[in-house]
Amino acid sequence: MSTEATAATPAADETADETADVLVVEDLTVSFPTDDGLVQAVRGVSYRLREREILGIVGESGSGKSVTSMAIMGLLPRSARITGSIRFRGQELLGLREKELNRFRGSKIAMIFQDPMTSLNPVHTIGYQVAEAIRAHNDVPKAQARRRAVELLDAVGIPNPGQRVDSYPHELSGGVRQRVVIAIAMANRPDVIIADEPTTALDVTVQSQVLDALRTARQETGAAMVLITHDLGVVAGQADRVLVMYAGKPVEIGDVEDIYYRPRMPYTLGLLGSVPRLDASRSQRLLPILGSPPSLLNLPAGCPFTPRCPIAQDWCETEEPVLMDATSPRHSAACHFSENLAGVRPHDLYAPTSADARTPDRPDRPPAEAPTGKGNLP
Amino acid sequence: MTSLDHDVTVPDAAPSGRSGPSQPILSVRDLVVHFPVRGRGLLGRTTGTVHAVCDVSFEIYPGETLGLVGESGCGKSTASRAVLGLRGATSGQVVFDGQDIADLSTYRMRRLRRQMQIVFQDPMASLDPRLTVHEIISEPLRIHGLHTADRARYVAELMRTVGLNSEHGNRYPHEFSGGQRQRIGIARALALEPKLLVLDEPVSALDVSIQAGVVNLLEDLQHRLGLAYLFVAHDLSVVRHVADRVAVMYLGRIVETGACQEVFANPAHPYTQALISAIPIPDPRKERARRRIVVSGEMPSPTDPPSGCRFRTRCPLFANRLDETERTRCQREMPELAERGQGHPVACHFAEAVPVL
Repeated sequence: MSTEATAATPAADETADETADVLVVEDLTVSFPTDDGLVQAVRGVSYRLREREILGIVGESGSGKSVTSMAIMGLLPRSARITGSIRFRGQELLGLREKELNRFRGSKIAMIFQDPMTSLNPVHTIGYQVAEAIRAHNDVPKAQARRRAVELLDAVGIPNPGQRVDSYPHELSGGVRQRVVIAIAMANRPDVIIADEPTTALDVTVQSQVLDALRTARQETGAAMVLITHDLGVVAGQADRVLVMYAGKPVEIGDVEDIYYRPRMPYTLGLLGSVPRLDASRSQRLLPILGSPPSLLNLPAGCPFTPRCPIAQDWCETEEPVLMDATSPRHSAACHFSENLAGVRPHDLYAPTSADARTPDRPDRPPAEAPTGKGNLP
Repeated sequence: MTSLDHDVTVPDAAPSGRSGPSQPILSVRDLVVHFPVRGRGLLGRTTGTVHAVCDVSFEIYPGETLGLVGESGCGKSTASRAVLGLRGATSGQVVFDGQDIADLSTYRMRRLRRQMQIVFQDPMASLDPRLTVHEIISEPLRIHGLHTADRARYVAELMRTVGLNSEHGNRYPHEFSGGQRQRIGIARALALEPKLLVLDEPVSALDVSIQAGVVNLLEDLQHRLGLAYLFVAHDLSVVRHVADRVAVMYLGRIVETGACQEVFANPAHPYTQALISAIPIPDPRKERARRRIVVSGEMPSPTDPPSGCRFRTRCPLFANRLDETERTRCQREMPELAERGQGHPVACHFAEAVPVL
C-alpha cells in the first residue's frame, strides 16, 4: 500500500499533472513506539499543494496536523516510523539523508512555528539570524547578507529595521519576534512555507499584523503555503483549500467554500457549530461535540469519530470510511453518510447541551431543557 | 432531594442582570493596583512602578455576567485578583454584598470568601495531581467545615451538576480530558455555594468542540443558581456570547463599557473598534469582505504609560484623522470614562460609534 520510506522510488518522472503541484503528500503515516504500544499519530494523509495555493489544515489538538508538517521538514525524532511519500516538485524527500535534506530545508520549504521564542536563538541578534539563513544557502558576503536582512525585516513591517537588526529576541515583543521568524522563512524565496499555528500565541490586533506579514511574505516570494491552525476564522480568511483532520486522518478536504458552506462530514459540521461567532445571534446556544478525541494508541476499528458522532450507525464501528467525492471531485469527505448531509446545518445534528459525554450518568436528563423544578440541576 | 436544594434557594427564573435587583453583588470603585519595580542589589530600591490597574470601576448584579476583556497585559487578571482580595489593591474600594472587603478582619474575610470563588484558566495547573477528584472538590468544604455529615453525597451531586460521572470521584485529574478537568475546577468553585464566580479565561485552554460544552454549562449554572460572573477573557467572540455587559480594558484602564449588545453593535472607542474588527469570523465570504481597522504596534510598557490618552500611540484616529490641536488634547488630557452621547460610557475625546461587524 504505502511505499516504505527507505525504499522510496525516485519520482522525477511523475505524471505531467503533477507539474503544477509544488508539494505532494501521499498516504503519509507516522507512528511512535512507546512503552504502551504504537501511537499512530498520522494515519494516511494525502494532499497536493499547488503553486501559490494556501492550504489550511484544521483540527483539534492531537489530530496530527503538526506531526504531518514535521515529517515534511524531516524534523521528527529517529524513533518515528514514517511511511508514504512526500514529494517536492517530484523529488522524494522521505528517506533523504540529513545533508541532502538541508538543500531543501529553509531554501525550498520554510517553516514557521507557533512560539517564536523557541525558534529564535536567544544569544544572537535577529540580524545575525536572518543573515545566517541567507548565508546557509547562498555564498554572499556578510555585509550583503546583513543589508538583505534589513530589507527583509522592513518587508515584514518591523519599524526602524536598521536599528532593530541589532536587537536580541528578548528585547522584542511576541508579534515582532514572529515577524522576524517570517523574515527568516522568506529569506531564500522558498516555494513552500509551512506555518504551524503562527498566530495562536498572539493577541488579536497583533494577529492581524502577523497575518499581513505572512501575506507579504507570500507575495514577495510567490510561495505556496500550508497554514496549520485550530482557528476556523483565520482559515476562512486566508485559505484557498481546507483539510480537516481528525485522529490522524483527513476527514474532509475541499475548497474553502465547500468546507464552510457545504460540509459533508459530521465532524466538520460539529466544529462549525461549536465556535461562538461574532456574526451570530447572541442568544443562539453553542453546539458542543460530546466526548473527546480518541487515544491514538490502539485505535479501535471503524470510524474514529463514531463515539462522538450524532449520526453513527453500527456499520461505522466496524468499517472506517475513506475519502470519497462529496459535492465535486475537488471536495471529498470520509463519512458513510456524507450524501445524507446535503443541506444539513450544525443545529440539525448537534444539541445545544452542556453535557460532557454521550452517556451521562443520568440518561433521563434531556439536553438543554429548561429547569423543571427547584434544584433539578443540569 | 439534594443538599444543593435547600441551601441554594433560587427560584426557577433566576434573577437576570437585566431585570434583577438594584443592589449590586460586587461594586468596585476606583481600583488601583501598582507594582513596584525593584532595582538590583541588596537594598533593591524601587526604581519604577508598573501601573497594572488604574481607576477601574464596575459593578456586577446578581445573576449577571460582566465580561472583562482586553489583550494580554491590560490588567484584567490583576483586577480580578484584587477583587477577590488575592492581591492587595494600592487604592480603591471593593464592596461585596454591601461590605467593604478592606475593612474585614481575617476571620470575616474568610467567611466572605465562600461567597466569591474563582475558576482558573489552566485546569491542569490548578488541580493538585496527587488528590482524587473527590478530595479536590471536598477540600473547600473541609477547610470551611461544611457538609461534614453528607459530604460524599454532596460531592457526587456537585459532580453531576457539572456533567461529570459521579462514579469517577476516586480518579485523579490526569485521567480526565481537558474539558472534564475544567468541569472539576468549576465543581470545586461551586462547592461553597458562592454568589460570585470569577472566571479567569475559563475556556481558552480548551479545543473549540469542548469549549462549547463548558460555555453552555456556565450559562446553565448561572440560570439555575443565580450566580454572578466576572468573566475575564481575551476572546471577544466568547465574551460576546456569555456576557450581559462588557468592559474593555487597555493598559490598565477601562476604555469602554456598556451592554454587550450595544458595545459590539456600536463600538465608540477606536481600540474597541480595532479589537472587534480583528476577530476573524468563520465564514469565508463575510471574512473576506470585512473592513479592518488596523492598529499599529503593540501595547506600550505599563511602567511608563503614555501621557494623556494611553491608546494614542497606536490609535488609528490619532494617526490619521485628528488635527494638531486635537492631538495635543489627546497627549495632555486623560479622557474620562464617561457617557459622550454614544449610548454608553467611553474614554475617548473623539468617540464616535462605528459599526464594524
